[in-house]
Amino acid sequence: MAKKKTEQKKWPEKWHEVTPGCMVFEPGNAANYKTGSWKAQRPILDTKKCIKCGICYIFCPEACIQEDTEGFFQADLGYCKGCGICAHECWPGAISMVEEEE
Amino acid sequence: MNTVQNFEIFAPKLVDRKEYFSAGHRACQGCGEVLALRLLLKGLGDDVVVANATGCMEIISSAYPQTAWLHPYIHVAFENAAAVGSGVEAGLKALRRKGKIADRDVKTIAIAGDGGTADIGLQALSGAMERGHDMIFFCLDNEAYMNTGIQRSSATPFMAATTTSPAGEAIPGQRTGKKNVPEIMVAHKVPYVATACPSYPIDLINKVKKAKAVKGPAYIHIFSMCPTGWRCASEITIKLGRLVVETGVFPLYEVENGKYRLTMEVPEKLRPVGDYLKPQGRFRHLTPSNIETIQERVNREWEILMNKIECMQPW
Amino acid sequence: MGKRIGMEVGIAAAEAVALCNIDVAAVYPITPQSHIAEHMADIIHDGRIDAEFITVESEHSSISACAGASATGARVYTATSSQGLMLMHEILPIVSAMRLPVVMGNANRAVSGPLNIWNDHGDIMPQRDSGWICLFTENGQEVIDLSIMAFKIAEDPEVMLPTVVNIDGFQLTHMIEPLEFPTQAQVNKFLPDRKPYATLHPDNPMTMGCFNMPDIFTETMKAKDTALWNSKKTIVKVFNEWGRQFGRKYNVVETYKAKDAETLILTMGSMGETASIAVDEMRKAGRKVGLVKLRLWRPFPVEELRAAIKGCKTLIVMDRAISFGGAGGPVATEIKSFLFHDKGRPRIVDFLMGLGGRDVTVGDFIAMVERAKNKKDETYEYYGVRE
Repeated sequence: MAKKKTEQKKWPEKWHEVTPGCMVFEPGNAANYKTGSWKAQRPILDTKKCIKCGICYIFCPEACIQEDTEGFFQADLGYCKGCGICAHECWPGAISMVEEEE
Repeated sequence: MNTVQNFEIFAPKLVDRKEYFSAGHRACQGCGEVLALRLLLKGLGDDVVVANATGCMEIISSAYPQTAWLHPYIHVAFENAAAVGSGVEAGLKALRRKGKIADRDVKTIAIAGDGGTADIGLQALSGAMERGHDMIFFCLDNEAYMNTGIQRSSATPFMAATTTSPAGEAIPGQRTGKKNVPEIMVAHKVPYVATACPSYPIDLINKVKKAKAVKGPAYIHIFSMCPTGWRCASEITIKLGRLVVETGVFPLYEVENGKYRLTMEVPEKLRPVGDYLKPQGRFRHLTPSNIETIQERVNREWEILMNKIECMQPW
Repeated sequence: MGKRIGMEVGIAAAEAVALCNIDVAAVYPITPQSHIAEHMADIIHDGRIDAEFITVESEHSSISACAGASATGARVYTATSSQGLMLMHEILPIVSAMRLPVVMGNANRAVSGPLNIWNDHGDIMPQRDSGWICLFTENGQEVIDLSIMAFKIAEDPEVMLPTVVNIDGFQLTHMIEPLEFPTQAQVNKFLPDRKPYATLHPDNPMTMGCFNMPDIFTETMKAKDTALWNSKKTIVKVFNEWGRQFGRKYNVVETYKAKDAETLILTMGSMGETASIAVDEMRKAGRKVGLVKLRLWRPFPVEELRAAIKGCKTLIVMDRAISFGGAGGPVATEIKSFLFHDKGRPRIVDFLMGLGGRDVTVGDFIAMVERAKNKKDETYEYYGVRE
């Protein structure tokens, strides 16, 4: 049965802090790495046009679009790389891409 | 709007909402391959162990000490995902039989790119499938060695420009046609072989579920759009996936125990291949006569597939 | 203790591994390892042990499958030789870096080309930097004992490193020798179930095989190197435990009539037995000649070697592999490098011999000792080559 023996430091620095075999015991901790800074454009959702179909959610390569409490699918801009797939695929035209400001 | 259309429109809401691959991965903008991965993992659900080959999906997901994987995951090398998967499957089987781990089904999957499947990994894949391990092998096919800088593979399509099959004055890109790995898998008598594309997410997820239910080997070849390597805009990723299917360049089908079935709507007439080729920089050099040649090849392949669908009986 | 039985050593290797309650074996056939592979298959197909036998399509896949199986927590064995080991080469350092305690038997054979299926150490020497614990055996009994001990060493939580047991091809693998097997109960007591550090299972998902950016790779390499060096403590501990339980004591460096020797022959593997007869003969003639045998090659037992050769004037190293265009045979080169600063170190004579199955007789050892006397420098020399 899988188990971990030692508490893992987030960022090993010294050689003796490297986990045996570089194993990582924190599944999905890549979420600590924010890819949102990559984007040149950001998606803006017009909730008046949105029909809550979830097409943007299913096609997001980042898995960063999730349903909010009101049933709208919103992109987490902390991860959104601004690829524009959601805006392109949104057939009611509820998502537009706008230039990211510096 | 009838009910069937309504169902299709809102179908995305019906898929497993759990994410099995975390945000924060380092795939390029608009990556169709990581989307394929995200969707196939949704199809698999829990109780899975992943053996991954070196390649884009490995590099973007596992820079120590971070991992985008939520499943148990192992990466060893480039050409051996199927062999590592064989070992994982055998290990789990033995340990379960001997009462050393929980007594329940855990599916082993192996993932590789087109290079790790059709080229350097073909031997390990053939061995694993021939031995009949209870394992699904996924080829995430973006039609070249993207991770190393867009070099051609045997899965690169005819006349596509890559860095090792450039569109030169004498030779206009890739000189050979795409190797048909699903067909090679059928020849291994793999009980379930399918093609899929993330632009058709429900189809993809359903095929993954079918493959998971098979006791034995299964193979799914997923067309994975690559805006970086194909030199096109990131937002048209999904559209390209639709076009490749609608033009018949990459038909969606499955082969259950040797019986072929098309899983897309059979069009009366295929869209012209030019619709699919033109948005992509890797085909920009093509002349109208080149496109005509490609069209003829696609038509011929389509006919061959239709013949198989009509004639092949389950073994 | 069971009674002695006559058995071929390759078959005995498989029988020894069968006593170790392995879960998975992934083996691809190659001469002269094939009897190990065949007998492993017999044992599993007859249901004598409960294990999965993966008939892989290459050695590259056998070591890869071993890595995958070991990562699930299984106890895993493979065996190979020569070209097979060369084909595994890419994966070997990955297995050790991932700290997977795979155990391998290697039937030592020359490396092609030209093709030659007979014994030397040309296959294992190119693997020396891959981070595996590397043991050598001299006779069939050692093959049995070390094959069992290898699992205990490899799986020790302080070690977690793959281990290769070298068995000279034909000269050992195909010999029929009187052998003594421990009982299953004795092995169970000596070698309990593997307790893996981490495993691939959905009950506790984790990631194995991350890549390293330049900012951490050096640290990872030092950690691996340190783990290999530190494994010697456990190796000695396990050798001692075996000695207590079975009465056969092993050392990382073995000696024979070495104490007062002015000239020492250094061997690895099956050659040690012939060399010991040569030593006896030379002793009878009044010559102060002794023998040193390296049982452990990685991690290199430098302190133990220093102790074993203390006081000797000439150390004759029998190298059974070649570093083409290099400083000499790998064993002599290594020893020279370790002893470089030692005051009063012996003169080191390096013979390349016993290549590709060429017999090395008692007379040859005596001749080499004679030849070493007159050799002025420390450059390497092919012994027995037709000029």
